[in-house]
Amino acid sequence: MAAPFPPPPGPRFVLRGTQSPVNTLHFCPASQALGNPLLFSGSQSGLVHIWSLQTRRTVAALNGHKGQGVTWLKTLPQGHQLLSQGRDLRLCLWDLAEGRNTIMDTVQLDSVGFCKSSVLARGQLCWMLAVPGKGSDETNSSPRPLLLAGYEDGSVTLWDILERKVCSRIACHEEPVMGLDFDSQKAKGVSGSAGKVLAVWSLDGQQSLQVYKTHELTNPGIAEVTIRPDHKILATAGWDHRIRVFHWRTMKPLAVLAFHSASVYCVAFATDGLLAAGSKDQRISIWSLYPCS
Amino acid sequence: MLRSPARRPSADSSRASPLSCKMDPALSAVRLTVQEAIHTLSSSEDVGHILSTLGTLKRYLGGTEDPALPEKEEFTTIHFSAILRCLVSKLSPGWLELSPDGQLEQLWESFFLDGPPDQAFLVLMEAIESTAGPSFRLMKMARLLEIFLSKGRVAALMEEQCRPQTKPSFPLFQETLLSKVVGLPDRLGNSLQQDNLTQFLPQNYFPLLGQEVVEVLKAVVNFLQGGLDCSVSFVSRVLGKVCIQGRKKEILGVLVPQLTVLTQDSCLWQRVCWRLVEQVPDRAVEAVLTGLVEAAPRPEVLSRLLGNLVVKNKKAQFVMTRKLLFLQYQHTTPMLQSLLGYLAVDSQRRPLLIQVLKELLETWGNSSAVRHAPLEQQCYISKAILVCLAHLGEPELQDIQDELLASMMAGVKCRLDSSLPPVRRLGMIVAEVISSRIHPEGPPLKFQYEDDEMSREMLALATPGPAGACSSETGGPSLASVVTETPVETPEKTVDSDVPSVQPQGSDSELDSDDEFIPYDMSGDKELKSSKEPRYIRDCLEALTTSEDMERWEAALNVLEGLVYRSPEATREVSVELAKVLLHLEEKTCMAEFEQLRQRALVAVTVTDPEQVAKYLTTQFYGLNYSLRQRMDILDVLVLAAQALSRPRSLQRLSQHGPPGSGTLCAPALASSQPGNAATPDWQVVVEERIKSKTRRFSKGCPRRELTGGPNEFNSVAGYFFFPLLQHFDRPLVTFDLLGDDQLVLGRLAHTLASLMYLAVNTTVAVPMGKALLEFVWALRFHVDTYVRRGLLSAVSSVLLSVPTERLLGDLPDELLEARSWLADVAEKDVDEDCRELAMRALLLLERLRDKLLSISSP
Repeated sequence: MAAPFPPPPGPRFVLRGTQSPVNTLHFCPASQALGNPLLFSGSQSGLVHIWSLQTRRTVAALNGHKGQGVTWLKTLPQGHQLLSQGRDLRLCLWDLAEGRNTIMDTVQLDSVGFCKSSVLARGQLCWMLAVPGKGSDETNSSPRPLLLAGYEDGSVTLWDILERKVCSRIACHEEPVMGLDFDSQKAKGVSGSAGKVLAVWSLDGQQSLQVYKTHELTNPGIAEVTIRPDHKILATAGWDHRIRVFHWRTMKPLAVLAFHSASVYCVAFATDGLLAAGSKDQRISIWSLYPCS
Repeated sequence: MLRSPARRPSADSSRASPLSCKMDPALSAVRLTVQEAIHTLSSSEDVGHILSTLGTLKRYLGGTEDPALPEKEEFTTIHFSAILRCLVSKLSPGWLELSPDGQLEQLWESFFLDGPPDQAFLVLMEAIESTAGPSFRLMKMARLLEIFLSKGRVAALMEEQCRPQTKPSFPLFQETLLSKVVGLPDRLGNSLQQDNLTQFLPQNYFPLLGQEVVEVLKAVVNFLQGGLDCSVSFVSRVLGKVCIQGRKKEILGVLVPQLTVLTQDSCLWQRVCWRLVEQVPDRAVEAVLTGLVEAAPRPEVLSRLLGNLVVKNKKAQFVMTRKLLFLQYQHTTPMLQSLLGYLAVDSQRRPLLIQVLKELLETWGNSSAVRHAPLEQQCYISKAILVCLAHLGEPELQDIQDELLASMMAGVKCRLDSSLPPVRRLGMIVAEVISSRIHPEGPPLKFQYEDDEMSREMLALATPGPAGACSSETGGPSLASVVTETPVETPEKTVDSDVPSVQPQGSDSELDSDDEFIPYDMSGDKELKSSKEPRYIRDCLEALTTSEDMERWEAALNVLEGLVYRSPEATREVSVELAKVLLHLEEKTCMAEFEQLRQRALVAVTVTDPEQVAKYLTTQFYGLNYSLRQRMDILDVLVLAAQALSRPRSLQRLSQHGPPGSGTLCAPALASSQPGNAATPDWQVVVEERIKSKTRRFSKGCPRRELTGGPNEFNSVAGYFFFPLLQHFDRPLVTFDLLGDDQLVLGRLAHTLASLMYLAVNTTVAVPMGKALLEFVWALRFHVDTYVRRGLLSAVSSVLLSVPTERLLGDLPDELLEARSWLADVAEKDVDEDCRELAMRALLLLERLRDKLLSISSP
């Protein structure tokens, strides 16, 4: 075992042309999209680009946030509808059906922080939206709606939404929490912060959070943490220009992808396992690692 | 004389008796018969008569049914030669055809082939030599000699000489025989000229002779076993003479392998061998021993062949312990191993080995030897030392510890002073090995040297448990065990690799998931330091001089080269200051590539502002408070900068690439552009091809490729690089004495000047530079240090290359003449191979100059 590890792979392909740092990415599942898989990217210049993964070109660019950065994107379960959150303190609902791209509705926000919203889909036409208010961060949940939020003081809090009270709270970071993701199968979640530590915590039957494991990184600063839909691996977007890939169950480091030349702001997984990362260097890199079984 | 184990004096007396009785009536009968036969042969034309006469004579040779005649002895000793001579004289096509069925020819031949071989051989040789030109008789004789050889008669001849002899004329006779046996190829070559037979060529004859020697020795051993005494001195003399004639490879190549096998189990054979070598005449000892040592595959074999010869024979001792080790160095390592191994095998010889080691080390530690001996010889002696050490045991070494240590220290010191890396490395390796053997338990002496083929070979020599221990006996089983082990191992491995694929079915799917994901290489995952990088030259300067923040300091050094190339204007403002800082920069942290980064930055500064910085650097070269390292750095930087300046293309490339150490992180644009850059030529080529194919050209000729030309930037500044370096080399400072101890720097200086001269080709200052350089070379031409001499020689070559021919001849004719005689001298006599080669090259360049001159003047 002298040289056991192969060198890390390069990206499958790279999407260029946003003309501005890429803040957020979202894959649209092929079933919802119009035949071919799409990738949505939100840039700092306020545009939402829709990319076709087949032609690797932009399909359309949505301008709805008055030149203010787009921080969060999500398609709704019924498809053809996209939520986008911007730094212009608005959350827009877009209608994308049949080639339209118009804003159907907007919600005014009052948070100027980094916090992203979250959606809980409860049925075909019924979904719940959590938007950041003053000082909260982000999300997830179970039959009884629970919400996970990360705060700037480095803590992660579990809210019971119906009763509007805090179920549990752990302080797992020294620095503000920048991103978190939760795996409801294993009842475990992971959060990354501006600091050097990646924290894995678990939620037990009494709905209390416990720090399960922490992982020290080489360089501080995690912009986003995403678990792959099949719960096998997770990826982090690092301020150190690198994407890190971990084994989700063991938190064993699997790869450090050094391609971008500036901070990576977001990572997203498609259901088929494709990994996309957007960076301050205005490029979106698409990777294919450890294919889903 | 080898006495047989069962001595039988009676055997001697019985053989001597026929010679003592003189006037026997029977003898006269023999004489009469012979006289009559000679008469018949010379006069008669009658076939029947001749045949019957010969038949009568043939009876005396034995082999017929006659009982051992007393006449036989007399016939063979006294009359046989006469008969043979007569037979030779009769030889002609007409005479042989007297009997058409070839009976006469057969009978004629049988006299030579069946009679006493020594006389037959002598008569044959004599006849061949005295017969002139290509003729029937000559060819006939040559053929007969060929048959004589192929029938093993030479062995019979030598065997005859091994028997005890008492004839008064015997020594003279043997001497003649010896010279004819050994000189056969030469003599036949002379006589037969073009028609020589292949069997008589030396490369064929001497192996045959070797085979015959083996046969003789076999016979001798048989005699000894049979209780007869023998002497192998004739064989020894043959061997000696052949070896002296330089044919040891041919004869010993056949002899040694057979003797190796034969002596393996037999003491008698060993004794015969020892005797064989002992009896070699003194003047041939060296040749024979060298040949044997070369041919013997292992020390034990050599020991079997030679016995304790070195102890008994002074000459042999001199050859083995001095000549082969100290006076020659062309021998191979295996030969050294068998030679020293031979000394180590027997307890009687071991004191010699210790003695040899002491003397070797003395030579090794002699500073004059280090300076004047060629590198190959030093290498040879070092190898010999290592082999000796490998053979000697702990207690033996302890006894001579002090002497070893003293010689070693002296040797290491003068070797480390040497300016040639291989010599230094030799010193380090040998010192390491010696110290580890003298003080096995102490802390090991450890030098840093590059691990190359030579050092590995040397270290392998030094490992105790000499090569002799793992001879064929031990080699066999271990090899076998390897063979048997491997098949056992491989199934295990395959089982191992099967395990993961089998397990998943039975076990929890959670557990197996680890195996799906093989991690990628994560060694590139280092901490980012981009935030600390200075962005301006002045910031860099400040960071390097005052910063306490080591990360910032490192980052500054990392980006400096790129910054300098990117902002030449800003650099020029602070160039000398920056050069000063860089020159004095010390490695504060354990930084990878510190030296290269510093050097590259210095080069960049020099290239950007050549005049000022070169002035500064050249004055600092002769400054007071610098280490040798810094002075050599100055030289390196000057050469590299001159190189960059004289090639405008490479300069551009340098500035494009930016800092090489900082990688992709600090230069985002670079990272993205580099792959593109690489790809550019491809698509350009494609596009151009396409355009070319679609374009119709009306002009003639093929499209020309334009070479981008540019001015040689070195032209205007070469003087600043060059002349100041020449000014002070002969004025020693307290800290720096180029002509004294610091000859390493002097060597570097000479090489640097040579490079600068070469890079100044096509510049206007080349002529004065060449003149000054030749003066410099002239002043130092007899320098003792090899490295300096090499530098001087390459300086001469670069002068010849760089200065235009007409100017050379016009301005420097005297210098060239002087240089020429010196070069010729060096090319012939210098101890160093590289020096000789460099001198040869310079001479060739001079020749070319002369040719040019001739071609100019002739039309």
